[in-house]
Amino acid sequence: MGLKDKLHKLKLKYKDKKIAPAFNAIHTFLYLPNETTHSGAHVRGADDLKRTMNTVIMALIPCLIFGMFNAGYQHHLAAGEIEAVTNGFFSSGFWSLDNLTVGLWKVLPLVIISYGVGLAVEILFAVIKKHEVEEGYLVTGMLVPLIVPVDTPLWMLAVAVIFGVVIGKEVFGGTGMNILNPALTIRAFLFFAYPTWMSGDKVWVHGAVERANEIAGGAELDAMSGETVLGALAQGKELTYSVSDMFLGFIPGSVGETSAILILLAGLFLIFTKIGSWRIMVSAVLGALVMGLIFNGVVSAEWINEGSKFYSLMSTEFWHHLIIGGFAFGVVFMATDPVTASQTNKGKWIYGFLIGFISILIRVFNPAYPEGVMLAILLMNVFAPTIDHYVVQGNIKKRMKRLKLKTA
Amino acid sequence: MSKDIRIRKGLDIKLVGEAEKVTVDAIRSNVYAIRPDDFHGIVPKVVAKQGTEVKAGEPLFYSKSNEKMLFPSPVSGEVIEIVRGAKRKILAFKILGDKEQKYADFGVKDVNSMSGDDIKSHLLASGCWPFIKQRPYDVIANPDVAPKAIFISGYTTAPLAADSDYVLEGKEKELQTAVTALSKLTEGKVHISVGKKGNSPLSGLENSTIHNVSGPHPAGNVSVQIAKIDPINKGEAVWVVNPQDLVVIGELLLTGKFNAERTIALAGSSVKTPKYFKTKIGAEVSSVVYASGVHDEGNIRVISGDVLTGENVKPDGYLGYYHNSITVIPEGDDYELFGWNKPIFNKISPSRALTFSWLFPNKKYELTTNTNGEHRAFVVTGNYENVFPLDIYPLQLLKACVVNDLDAMEQLGMYEVAPEDFALTEFICVSKQPHQQIIREGLDLMLKEIG
Repeated sequence: MGLKDKLHKLKLKYKDKKIAPAFNAIHTFLYLPNETTHSGAHVRGADDLKRTMNTVIMALIPCLIFGMFNAGYQHHLAAGEIEAVTNGFFSSGFWSLDNLTVGLWKVLPLVIISYGVGLAVEILFAVIKKHEVEEGYLVTGMLVPLIVPVDTPLWMLAVAVIFGVVIGKEVFGGTGMNILNPALTIRAFLFFAYPTWMSGDKVWVHGAVERANEIAGGAELDAMSGETVLGALAQGKELTYSVSDMFLGFIPGSVGETSAILILLAGLFLIFTKIGSWRIMVSAVLGALVMGLIFNGVVSAEWINEGSKFYSLMSTEFWHHLIIGGFAFGVVFMATDPVTASQTNKGKWIYGFLIGFISILIRVFNPAYPEGVMLAILLMNVFAPTIDHYVVQGNIKKRMKRLKLKTA
Repeated sequence: MSKDIRIRKGLDIKLVGEAEKVTVDAIRSNVYAIRPDDFHGIVPKVVAKQGTEVKAGEPLFYSKSNEKMLFPSPVSGEVIEIVRGAKRKILAFKILGDKEQKYADFGVKDVNSMSGDDIKSHLLASGCWPFIKQRPYDVIANPDVAPKAIFISGYTTAPLAADSDYVLEGKEKELQTAVTALSKLTEGKVHISVGKKGNSPLSGLENSTIHNVSGPHPAGNVSVQIAKIDPINKGEAVWVVNPQDLVVIGELLLTGKFNAERTIALAGSSVKTPKYFKTKIGAEVSSVVYASGVHDEGNIRVISGDVLTGENVKPDGYLGYYHNSITVIPEGDDYELFGWNKPIFNKISPSRALTFSWLFPNKKYELTTNTNGEHRAFVVTGNYENVFPLDIYPLQLLKACVVNDLDAMEQLGMYEVAPEDFALTEFICVSKQPHQQIIREGLDLMLKEIG
C-alpha cells in the first residue's frame, strides 16, 4: 500500500475530528486533494491559493539567500575583518562561506521562529474555528524574517508574530478578511514595542549592539557601526556607499530588503506570472519618483538651506529613493498583497501611487526613523476600501445615469 | 441592419473531444423524464397523475404561481412514475414512450394574422412558454410583463457545446415563423446575434435585428450581448430564447405538433467517437452515450449541457429540458503528488505560475473534474475582470451576494447577470468559490424580496 492510500485512510479516519484541519494542512502539502466539482463549472483552472502563494515564496528565496550572505558580509566588514567588495554582484569576497555561516546562524532561526510560531497560531485557530488552514501565512512567514534587523531577539519576534497573526488577521476572520498586511503589522508591533531594537545605527549589523554594550562595560574595542544609508542621510553624514552598492545590495539594512536588483527581478517574475499586480508596482514607483522630484525641486529652488536637518534626504537624487531602504521590497512584496490592497484595477493605480508618494514623504520628514514604506503601506491599507468604494460608486453612477436617461 | 459586437475579455477553454459534424439518430429511449428542477423557481402542480396516458405536448404539470403556464410531455406514452424526494418534492416525471408517437393537435396557425395576445396564449396552452426565459433573474418569463426586447444568441462559444450553425441547418422556415411570432410579443426588437465568421441560418431572418459577434467565450452568452446592445435597467425585463427551442416553437405553429426533437452534441474526452445525435428532450443519456463508446467507464462524469454550466446527471440520467449537448469527461477523484507546486503542462491556467498553458494557446486539454485545490476565502483580486466582459465588478457583486446585501446587488448590476456569466470566473477562481451557486442564490433572494 502506497503512501497515497495510507494518507487517504488517515484522512477518512480524522474526518470530523478536531485534528482534521491540522492533518489536512500537512496532507494537502504532499498531495493535491482528490476533491471534485459539486456545483457550477465541472472543470476548474489549475491555480489554487497554494500555487499562488508558492510563486511569491519562489520570488522571495533569492532575497533570503542574499540576505544571509549579506548578514555575514556586513558583520565581517564592520568588524574590520574583510575589505569592501568592488567586483560587482558576483564578488567572491561577498559570496564566501564565512559570510554564509554567519547568515545561516543568524537568519535561519528568524525564519524558523516566524514559521513555527505563526503556523502554530494558524493551525490553532483553524482547529478552534473548524475551517481549513489557509495559505496566507506561507508568504507572511517568509516576509517577516526579511524585514527585521538581523539581531532581533527571537523571543521578541515570537511575541510580535503572535500579535500580528491574532490581532492583525485572525480577529477579522483569517486569511482574506484582514484589513492590515499581517507582515507589516508584525513589523509595526516590533517597531513601536521595542524601538531600540528596531532603529538606530547599531541594530542593522550582527554584533554591533553586543560590541557597543561591551564598550560601555569598559572593554577596549573598536565600535562597530552599522548605519543604514537612510540613517546616514537623515543625520546629514557623508555616504560611504556607492550607487552600485545600493543597487546590488551590499549595504546594511533589514535582512532581505537591501538588494534592489534581486527585488527588481522578483518583481518582474511576479508580474510575468500574473501573481503580483503590475499596476500597484508601477504606480508606486511613479508616486515615489514624483515625490522625489518635488523634494529635489524644493532644494533647487533654494526654499531650504543646507543647515536644515531635512536637507540631505531632500537633496538625494530622486531615483535613488527607489534603491535605498525598504522601499523596493515593500512595493513589490507588501503593497501588492491582494487582500489588503485596493481590489479594483482603477483603485490599484491610486493606491499604489499614494504608497510611493507617502513613503518618500514620511521617509524625509520622519525625524525618529528615516523609513516610510511600512507606515505608508499600513496607512493605505486602511484607505484601500475607501478608494474602492469611490471607484465602485463610479460604476454605480454610470448605471443610475443609464436608468435616468431611459426613464426621462 | 447589422451591428458588430466584439468581445476582448474572456477565455476559450479548448478541450479534447469536440463533436464531429455528423448526425445520427439516437436509439429510441425507453423512458423519458422531465425534471421540474430544470425550470428554476417553478413549483409544479401535477396534471398527469401516475398511470395517465399522455400525448406529446399534453401537460404533465402546471406552475403553482400561474396555472396557465403548462409544462408538456415531450413524448406520448404512460406516466409511469412521479419521483418524489424529501418533503414529497417532485423530482421527475417519468414517461414510458410509445413506439408510435401520438401528438396533441394544437392546430396550424398563420403567424402573420395572429395578434401578440393570441400568440402568447397559444404558446402557454401548447407548453412552449417555458422555452422563453427572462432577465432579470434568469427564470421562465413572466407572461404578464411585456419585455422591452427579445434576445436570441446563435453564437456558440462555450467549450464543446453544440454548434448552433450546424444544428440549425435547414430549419430556416421554423426559425422564421418563431421569430415572427416572438416579434409580436414585444414592442421592442428581436435581437439575434450570430458568429461573425460563421454561416448561421439565423442571419437571414426577417422581423429581427442581426448582430455579428466575435471574440472568446463568453461572447456567446446572451447577457454579454444584451449589455452591448440594450442593457437592462431596473424595472425592465428582456426575454431570451435558445435558437434550438425556436425550432420547436416554429414547428408547433407550422404543424400544430409539439415536437421535442433536437440535435444534440455528444462531446468530451471520455467519448470514443464524439458526434451529433438526433434525440428528444428528456431522453435517457445512456441512449446516446454508450452508442459512441466511452473510455474508462467506471470513472466518468456525464453532464447534461456543457462543462461550464451543465448538470451532473450520472450515466442513468436524462437530457435536461434546455440542454443541447451531453458532455462526458473523466472524474478527477484522485490525489496528485505535489500537485500544488510542480510545473503543470496538462491543465489550463490563466496565470503563468509554473503553469504553462500560455505557451500552447491552441492545445486542446483533457481536463478532469478535479477542483485543483480546496475552497478558500476570496484572496486574489483583479483576475476575474480579465475574463468578465460585462461592465460590472464581479468580485464586489459576488461579495454582495454572499452577505445578502440587496441594495448593493441591485446597484452593482445584478439585474444584468445570470449564473452562466460567472462560469468563467468560477473556472479561474483561485479560491475555488462556487460562483454560479452564489449568483443563483443571490438572484433567488432578489426575486423573493424585490420581485
